[in-house]
Amino acid sequence: MANSTDLKAKEEAHWAKTSRLMYTHLAVWFFFGFIIHMFVKPLNNIIIPILGFPLGFYMAAQGSLIVFVVMLFMFAKQQDKIDREFGFAEED
Amino acid sequence: MATQGTASTSDFIKNLGKMYGTYTGGFIGFILFLAVLEQVGVPNKILGYLFVFFTLAVYAIIGVMTRTAEVSEYYVAGRRVPAFYNGMATGADWMSAASFVGMAGTLFLLGYDGLAWVLGWTGGFVLVSILIGPYLRKFGAYTVPDFLSFRYGGNFARALGVIVLVACSFTYVTAQIYGTGLIASRFLGMQFELAVFAGLVGILLCAMLGGMRAVTWTQIAQYIVLIIAYLTPIVILSTTQYGIPIPQLTYGQAIVDITAREQQMLATGLTTAAALKPHIQPFINYSPLNFFGIIMCMMVGTASLPHILMRYFTTPSVREARQSVAWSLLFIFLLYFSAPAYAAFSKLEVYTNIIGRDLTAIRPWLFSWGELGLIQICGKNAGSIDAIVAACKAIAGHPGVVRLQDFVINTDVIVLSTPEIAGLPYVISGLVAAGGLAAALSTADGLLLAIANALSHDVYYKMIDPNAPTMRRLTVARALLVVVAVIAAATAATKPGDILAMVGWAFSLAMAGNFPALVMGVWWKRTTATGAVCGIIAGFGLCLFYLVTTRYFPGAGVKYFGMTSLTNPLTGAPLVDIAKAMALPNAMESFPTLAHPMANKVGWFDLNNINCGLLGTPLGFAVIYIVSKLGKEPSAEMQAYVDDIRKPRGRTVLEERTT
Repeated sequence: MANSTDLKAKEEAHWAKTSRLMYTHLAVWFFFGFIIHMFVKPLNNIIIPILGFPLGFYMAAQGSLIVFVVMLFMFAKQQDKIDREFGFAEED
Repeated sequence: MATQGTASTSDFIKNLGKMYGTYTGGFIGFILFLAVLEQVGVPNKILGYLFVFFTLAVYAIIGVMTRTAEVSEYYVAGRRVPAFYNGMATGADWMSAASFVGMAGTLFLLGYDGLAWVLGWTGGFVLVSILIGPYLRKFGAYTVPDFLSFRYGGNFARALGVIVLVACSFTYVTAQIYGTGLIASRFLGMQFELAVFAGLVGILLCAMLGGMRAVTWTQIAQYIVLIIAYLTPIVILSTTQYGIPIPQLTYGQAIVDITAREQQMLATGLTTAAALKPHIQPFINYSPLNFFGIIMCMMVGTASLPHILMRYFTTPSVREARQSVAWSLLFIFLLYFSAPAYAAFSKLEVYTNIIGRDLTAIRPWLFSWGELGLIQICGKNAGSIDAIVAACKAIAGHPGVVRLQDFVINTDVIVLSTPEIAGLPYVISGLVAAGGLAAALSTADGLLLAIANALSHDVYYKMIDPNAPTMRRLTVARALLVVVAVIAAATAATKPGDILAMVGWAFSLAMAGNFPALVMGVWWKRTTATGAVCGIIAGFGLCLFYLVTTRYFPGAGVKYFGMTSLTNPLTGAPLVDIAKAMALPNAMESFPTLAHPMANKVGWFDLNNINCGLLGTPLGFAVIYIVSKLGKEPSAEMQAYVDDIRKPRGRTVLEERTT
């Protein structure tokens, strides 16, 4: 019985941490998917040195995309770390 | 027998790098060989044929070699595709003819506003990985309706899942086969209707014999072809124009030049403020609502498309499913962050070497597209110099040079013609065609498989004959695949038109139908079966209603549902005069012809019907929440299952009988 309440507590802690990670990544996703592009007009007044891109255009054409790719590799790593911490990860 | 099978499989997986490395080298060698053939004077037409037939033959050989008659191999490739390779296969599965052929052209025409598609079609993978994909992998389903049926108790939820799946996948696959036909007819000189069915044979060879297993290994081969084909022309362009072989870095300069040239054209009367759409100015083609709506619908739609989610059922573990989403996005990103470079280089070329030039000094590459009706100057197909000089003379006060408003180019031409614009050898054009074909074929394969699997596994096996022996299930799957493919090809042959709009609808339908039920099923244990079923019906229903009404019955929409005219994002003027249109004697029937078929001209909240998911999805979430709250909590057993799918370790929830 103690064992099963232990497992229950562990499951809940694991899920709380997983949810927190989900909200963090969703917030970053929302910021780079939407919020930043709402400011495209002022951002376009900033020109990236050497490359020549207006910043607002650049963020939609490349910047946000790079963030998404990096985010996903980070997420895979972080979620795996959480799973390992609670012993829920698959065996290697 | 079993051990032997495992040993040879692990050998196979171990040798993947060597195999695909050799394959890539072989493909590059083949391109060089054709380049030599071109130099010794082999005609262009022959080169085109060699490209198309050689690549098709390779896909077919891979398909035949990896054919299978085992259930789990057929449906989920035995769940042992490594993350990296599954990422490549998903990349090919994902990038369709619309991405390969249409994306850069859309960016050329729309400028900044076109980036909504680029953002939408990449950011969605974040949602796939975080909210849905790995959980469905842990669950151990063969298809998306499988999950809905188990989580929401029974065949009604499964049937709804199948309806949503077929609705969005069929819309999507028709667009792909249409694209295949377009490319095949242009480069092989075949009749369009015939080309559609020729492309179909290629599709069927891979998908029919070996299901998911054959499609996976073929899609990886197709990804390699399509990415080489996409990057080669712009790397060459970037090197010759700016001295650095990284177009993604150098096209900033092209954008600066475009902006300067726009000002210059205005100053010299080559264009008017009304005709010019500055490349970097936002929200002149889409209102901010529709711009962000497209981003949202394409993103959430990505996370709801069954043929994409299905790809993550094939990895060996949940962890690899997550890694695989990251690899997928990286491979997709390679193409999507290059598309704006394509658009910028082509636009600069057009603005400097066509606009403002004397009519008699037009470059000859243009006429081969003009003859096909894809480039028009002064409102006439630009088939020859004489034709355009005559056409422009007919315009009063025409200065005799090409002005911006005189020049109209079809969006599909941009990618396919860039090698010619840049004066590159024909072998590059053939390469681009082969890449476009690979993109269309791989997506069509994935979609047809998703439809056929749902029909054979969910409808036939789970709902009609649960005792069907393995062989019969797979035979049914194959037969259905052929039937669906032929129907899709027949639909495509009628040229239903406008690939981008059709693809957009598919995303919105998938989003409204699947997303709330899938996300709530994993993230909210309290979700009940009744809640989910009501949510799917309400969300999908509203989306479908908006789509069909605004597209086909705008008159009824205005009369009975309070729809109003959409407005021009730049001027705020209504797109149609509603009072005038409704006063016509046959307002109900003639209204559709008044509206351009691509999108809607009437609607609610100024909302384009591509974004109908924006209406359906929130409704779906709300209905699921309210109805679930009203009902009894799901059983302790079901809640335990949900706990199970949240943990990567342990057995899958659904254990399939495979013999």
